[in-house]
Amino acid sequence: MAQSGGGYTPQVSRYTTGARINHWVTAISLILLAISGLALFHPSLFGLTALFGGGALTREIHPWIGVFLFFSFSGLFFRFWKLNLWNRDDNRWMANLPAVMKGDEEKMPEIGKYNAGQKFVFWGMSILIIALISSGIVIWDKYFYPYTTIDQKRVAVLIHALAGIGAITVWIVHVYAAIWVRGTISAMTKGSVTAGWAYRHHRKWLREEASKDRASSTPAQ
Amino acid sequence: MALPTMEIARQSATRGGITGALPPKDDFQVTKLIDVSKCIGCKACQTACLEWNDLREPVGVNVGVYDNPHDLTENSWTLMRFTEWDNPETGKLEWLIRKDGCMHCADPGCLKACPSPGAIVQYTNGIVDFNKDACIGCGYCIKGCPFNIPRISKANEKAYKCTLCVDRVAVGQGPACAKACPTQAISFGTEAEMKALAAKRVADLTSRGYKKAGLYDPPGVGGTHVMYVLHHADKPEAYANLPGNDVKISPIVELWRGATKYFGMGVLAVAAGVGVLHHMVMGPNKVTTHDEEEGKRIKEGT
Ligand code: HEM
Ligand code: SF4
Repeated sequence: MAQSGGGYTPQVSRYTTGARINHWVTAISLILLAISGLALFHPSLFGLTALFGGGALTREIHPWIGVFLFFSFSGLFFRFWKLNLWNRDDNRWMANLPAVMKGDEEKMPEIGKYNAGQKFVFWGMSILIIALISSGIVIWDKYFYPYTTIDQKRVAVLIHALAGIGAITVWIVHVYAAIWVRGTISAMTKGSVTAGWAYRHHRKWLREEASKDRASSTPAQ
Repeated sequence: MALPTMEIARQSATRGGITGALPPKDDFQVTKLIDVSKCIGCKACQTACLEWNDLREPVGVNVGVYDNPHDLTENSWTLMRFTEWDNPETGKLEWLIRKDGCMHCADPGCLKACPSPGAIVQYTNGIVDFNKDACIGCGYCIKGCPFNIPRISKANEKAYKCTLCVDRVAVGQGPACAKACPTQAISFGTEAEMKALAAKRVADLTSRGYKKAGLYDPPGVGGTHVMYVLHHADKPEAYANLPGNDVKISPIVELWRGATKYFGMGVLAVAAGVGVLHHMVMGPNKVTTHDEEEGKRIKEGT
């Protein structure tokens, strides 16, 4: 990784290969679900069903991708939930949200692996996906028609549409944050970020990682 | 009978097609009038429906009631529903028989709910019909319908219901059920003709002691193109749970297919728009050389 002279930037590893595969599989399913769901949500988007081989196939495949997403997302959930528990730093981060939005992080408290915004995406997605799978099963007429009344299905389809919009909105926030905060995407592609990125956005986490390095390195190194 | 050519007034999931109004009710709008007081429950209409539409209902199981099959199915688009009703006013048992099936609402909940363009159409003569080539089998029409009529076929996963014999009507014939009925409990004609006939029948029933006899043409769904003459028009529920006169499309369905659609698209557009604007105004959030130096210092413990 060494580059010429002072330009050398050490990398900090952020995601294992397993976590990255888990993430991208989930991401692809979520996008496919959003496209197939939106196609049925608004008539102007019905044309998107062509991507799935027509309306009937879109209707058929969407819930199956949903079930797949549920398990895939559960993998992410159990990997990351502990690091996403709310703490005092998050309250201070939220209090300084206007400064954060300006990209002005100098005065912010040092943040661990995830900031409050990332935690919001994590918990938001978790809750919405639970709402989507539960309401989705109620309107999955092919297999579950007899188990609920039509009135319950009406409520479920409304909840499903609203939760779907919610999930896509959270997804937009998530993707935008990854693009706006330069240097973030390599965390999920290569699995690592630069020490400078870690210093700027997650300094507490950087310190923890650095001290772990030293604890495990042999004196001979 | 002069019938209009089959012109489409509205169709599902089509801009303007959901809100566009029907041409004013006139002599060209058709109506099927079912006179419940004349029906003897012989099911000739049910059979005629299967015959004309070339459908067969598998042999079922008798559970001790006359309803056969037990419910509407993808094959049985009409069904005689039998009720043994204790009339609280007279203390007498009445045997109420109602021919169930699509009511052909002027404001059809199925058409409003359907996500597939053209899978449900409403002709200018008032007939509401499903187009199986465009149907995707999602079952949203079932959620939209206030009368619990559409059924999804297990064989091809498409929605089916009474067509009001649109193929017969298009060539000047009445529906098969009306043709088969031995007591002329089912009549078919223009809306004006049928309302006039109903008025006569109601007057007759009233004169024979059915003080609450009347026409079932619920206004909440804009009126229906299948109407009933009921001897107890004040108690539609007595007829195997026919919805009350105030029946309308569920408000949840209206919310789902109405405000939610616009609200949802709006939220997504705003979220994306705010992102683009934010980036334009703020520029990218970049790691500085200072950050890199400090980060390197911590990482390498120097
Ligand atoms: C998290 C990702 C998901 C998103 C973004 C999503 C989105 C949507 C949307 C917007 C619709 C159209 C609703 C409407 O027309 O108003 C829809 C329909 C539907 N969704 Fe989902 N959904 C997701 C997950 C699920 C899951 C987990 C299931 C579970 C079984 C599911 C099952 C269904 C079903 C059955 C329909 C009705 C149409 C069909 O049969 O495909 N969805 N979805
Ligand atoms: S099942 Fe067919 S007719 Fe019914 S709402 Fe879905 S696409 Fe429309």
